[in-house]
Amino acid sequence: MVDRISEIWGTRTPFARGALWPVRVDQKLADGVQEKDVDRWVQSACVLCSNGCACDIAVKDGAMVGIRGRAGDLVNHGRMGPKGLFASWQGVSHPDRLTSPMIRENGQLVPCSWNTAMERIVSKSKALLKERGPLSHGFYTSGQLFIEEYYALAMIGKAGIGTPHMDGNTRLCTATAAAAMKESFGSDGQPSSYTDIDNCDAMFLYGHNMAETQTVLWSRVLDRLAGPDRPKLVCVDPRETEVARLADVHLALRPGTNLALMHGLVRELLHNGWIDEAYIGQHTMGIEELRSTVEPWTAEAVAQTCGVDAEDVREAARIFGTSEAVLSTVLQGFYQSSQATASSCQVNNMHLLRGLLGRPGCGILQMNGQPTAQNNRECGADGDLPGFRNWENPEHVQELAALWNISPETIPHWAPPTHAMQIFRYAEQGSVEFLWISATNPAVSMPDLPRIRKILAKEEVFVVVQDLYLTETAQAADVVLPAAGWGEKTGTFTNVNRTVHLSDKAVEPPGEARTDLDIFLDYSRRMGFSTLDGAPLLDWQGPEDGFEAWKNCSRGRPCDYSGISYERLRGGSGIPWPCNDEHPDGVVRFYEDGIFPTDPDYCETYGHDLLTGATVGPQAYRAMAPNGRALFKTASYSPPHEEPDEEYPLRYTTGRTAYQFHTRTKTARSRQLHKAAPKAWVELSVQDATELAVREGDLVRVTSRRGLIEVPARVGDIRPGTVFAPFHYGYWDAGGTPDGHPTAANELTITEWDPVSKQPVFKNAAVQVVKIADGQGPAPAPTTTASRPAEASRFGSGQDSADATRLADAGHPVSGHDSTDAGVSAGAAVPPTTGGPDAEAEEFLEPSSPPQFPDAIQPDPGHPRAAHATGDSGSGHSTGSGEGEDSLQETLKSALKGVERVVRNAIKDVTGGHDNDGGSAGKDRP
Amino acid sequence: MNLSIYLGLLHKAEQTLAASFRTVAEGHGAEPDVHFLCQTLAKQCDDHEQALKPIVDRYGEDESGAEPERMHAEGISSTRSGPVGLLRDLHDLYLLASLVDVTWTLVKQAGQGLRDDELLEVVSSCDQQTAVQLKWLQTRMKQAAPQALIVAR
Repeated sequence: MVDRISEIWGTRTPFARGALWPVRVDQKLADGVQEKDVDRWVQSACVLCSNGCACDIAVKDGAMVGIRGRAGDLVNHGRMGPKGLFASWQGVSHPDRLTSPMIRENGQLVPCSWNTAMERIVSKSKALLKERGPLSHGFYTSGQLFIEEYYALAMIGKAGIGTPHMDGNTRLCTATAAAAMKESFGSDGQPSSYTDIDNCDAMFLYGHNMAETQTVLWSRVLDRLAGPDRPKLVCVDPRETEVARLADVHLALRPGTNLALMHGLVRELLHNGWIDEAYIGQHTMGIEELRSTVEPWTAEAVAQTCGVDAEDVREAARIFGTSEAVLSTVLQGFYQSSQATASSCQVNNMHLLRGLLGRPGCGILQMNGQPTAQNNRECGADGDLPGFRNWENPEHVQELAALWNISPETIPHWAPPTHAMQIFRYAEQGSVEFLWISATNPAVSMPDLPRIRKILAKEEVFVVVQDLYLTETAQAADVVLPAAGWGEKTGTFTNVNRTVHLSDKAVEPPGEARTDLDIFLDYSRRMGFSTLDGAPLLDWQGPEDGFEAWKNCSRGRPCDYSGISYERLRGGSGIPWPCNDEHPDGVVRFYEDGIFPTDPDYCETYGHDLLTGATVGPQAYRAMAPNGRALFKTASYSPPHEEPDEEYPLRYTTGRTAYQFHTRTKTARSRQLHKAAPKAWVELSVQDATELAVREGDLVRVTSRRGLIEVPARVGDIRPGTVFAPFHYGYWDAGGTPDGHPTAANELTITEWDPVSKQPVFKNAAVQVVKIADGQGPAPAPTTTASRPAEASRFGSGQDSADATRLADAGHPVSGHDSTDAGVSAGAAVPPTTGGPDAEAEEFLEPSSPPQFPDAIQPDPGHPRAAHATGDSGSGHSTGSGEGEDSLQETLKSALKGVERVVRNAIKDVTGGHDNDGGSAGKDRP
Repeated sequence: MNLSIYLGLLHKAEQTLAASFRTVAEGHGAEPDVHFLCQTLAKQCDDHEQALKPIVDRYGEDESGAEPERMHAEGISSTRSGPVGLLRDLHDLYLLASLVDVTWTLVKQAGQGLRDDELLEVVSSCDQQTAVQLKWLQTRMKQAAPQALIVAR
């Protein structure tokens, strides 16, 4: 058993470049539940980050009682992260769940029947459509529904009502991933595969704290780093994250200056000739503009603007320029900062310059944050047209109209879809009067919360909220609809590297809660949305009908699901799209042939100017004739719009911790996770804390032009001049309102967004910090992650803050520390974050050989499940969806216990002694 | 040579556009994209004016009153309010930017006739940006128009 709160990434299973990532099956069962007590295991995949770890849900007496990773899945090879282990099921099976619809009467939310709630919605909706038309309706959804649900919602919006005002909270987390891929390659669609981690010799993580946001993916990286041929690692992040601590080069740049750094890296590649002229000539356009844009950005200029060392910039570029196979990953540090799309496109550009795409180890992961963000984008619940169709292309609009049997004029295609921040602006101005919010919590997650609360509270805006819990947003609703959660409904979803998983229903939802799909279908029925023939627009009987409809819609597009079925997804591994006649088992990575989806008839967008977001338009795009070539898109660097000044002298950035997800609606309802990160905090550098006379744990007030928070300070390893706050901590468990004690990071953030992706800027604002009270102990921030205390408070006690200043002056806090020579205190000594017995989970190390594409997903035509349960792969742990397998699993399990002990010892040898296996390819690891 | 008249027109038009972008930025602070981008674009106009300076110095800028009447366009002195007001202000910016755009084209024609490489260099560094300004204004107006004209209160 392993304490998976203190050991976030679990036990190492090192492997070498080109080898297969060993299997490690992680399992957690509820107190007092033994494996033999489990009635059945139901196949699913985890929805607590974007990684998409395949798992089986343990069910006993009709309740979810635990979880286990699926050994045979290509994504996670059996592993689960702490959020998956502790919150996937506990976060849903909780007495706080909504069990009845509610409507607002005399200012109070009161329980009512489904019919009453739906009739209230429908009568308001019908009246508004009659009086004001479709533009009065806005929909704000999630990154956590299933394909079938997004597609139903997209059809309601585009074919039923005909409103362009639909978006997901994916706008806040990964809209830039989509935008960057569209601009560079012509369409959304992840080029790369997680197996590129297995095959690369260098990794670049751009604003991506993978160690906390995708813990299982990071386990894969850690296992490469612990292997015989460690890849080089470069980290771009203002904080001393776990990634930074292990990096060969850590570029701890000033928030808001990403694009300047990227220009510098590109310039180094160009000036040192680390480029592939032939590839550029054959497969790209626009090199000249790229060249001239980056030319001013010498390493010294970058150093000055970004506050990093020029030598580090050169070294990072050298690693990129001279490694054989480079994998780059990008996340919120880029997506939620200034010039997000331009910065992320520069990552694409670096790969295009060297032709590092489409080969094992060479790739880009423009990451997602949420489990089903990919599907939101594919299905068009973010406002885009379904199937990555181009709203500016009349042929694409016509295709959809024919598919849906509606008039093309109904489909809103006269302007870009309305992004989330603009929908809220229209609500603020009173032109959107009907706002339906599903599975998201803008009252905590959107920027500038004082403003968002005012909008949600407006009399004139009719707000429907559909969720599992009475969130901060639901509390402001006119109608609250109780939704079924994960494990209580069936559907499909797709992770970062395009792997589609099925999540089967394991248990009944509580009370009267209904699936999101049923709710949308009911609304459509009651509204009478119909086709040109008068047939119901959405006549699906259940999720599988929805999936079949979606397959039709996706056919022939980059995200082609036509070769996937529920039946194929049951039993084996998830399948990476596109999956069709040409690629019956799906596709691991894109662009092997250097042909990109930029053909004007096929592309998802004609592109934008990256500085302003001006559309290029069909004429100019066709004249440019990209025809299968990728585009070097870029923009000049502009400083962030809010910079520190005398009144607000510090830079503010927000982010995440490994133990919480979003606004904690699920994760804080897991005992283990809640205990690990129970309350809000803010991180200050040793230097800033010293200047402000703030010691570890002191209560501080952080103020921006928008608002303020009052939280304890963690004196940590963040870049001096920068203040960090985790964004998870709203008010549902603290009286429901910020009154008197505001803690949500977004009280301070600015209302601003990237001109192309429209993603809000959460990672740059100017703030001031003052101490308001002495601490009552250390800040409630984990010590196992980037929020760990600075060296001083971790180990020492009793000395004054002058020492802390000296530490900061010496630059980088020491690594490879030794508790005897660090004796500085910045306040309360901080005990390490542990989970104790409650957080112990089982690990089965290498119970079977690792799954491999395409064998892992090829169904045996006769006995698809049996093949996986009994085949040579021996991946018994992966198969628990069917009944009658439990005894087989028992047999396997007892055999595995012995193997586990042997393997553990072997691992210790490898990790302790290094290179015991001589750095060979390692396929024959124990 | 009357090029000086048109250089004067261009110089003044960029100045007017810069000031108008700033006025709109200031007046529409509740539309953050308009607010910040108009500031950025105002700065571009300032840069154009700077780039034009050596050319103006060489050819002169007609201030003698010899230029035709009604040569210059009025800028935006104050903004309007509400969704339709925003649309109309962007619309005005579009007209001012169009004047700049076409003036660059005409000055470029003269530069070609004069085989003045320095002038042509300045034009090529500026007129692309003006074209993008127009495209952005059009993109933003197209987005705003349906809501402003159909449902705005």
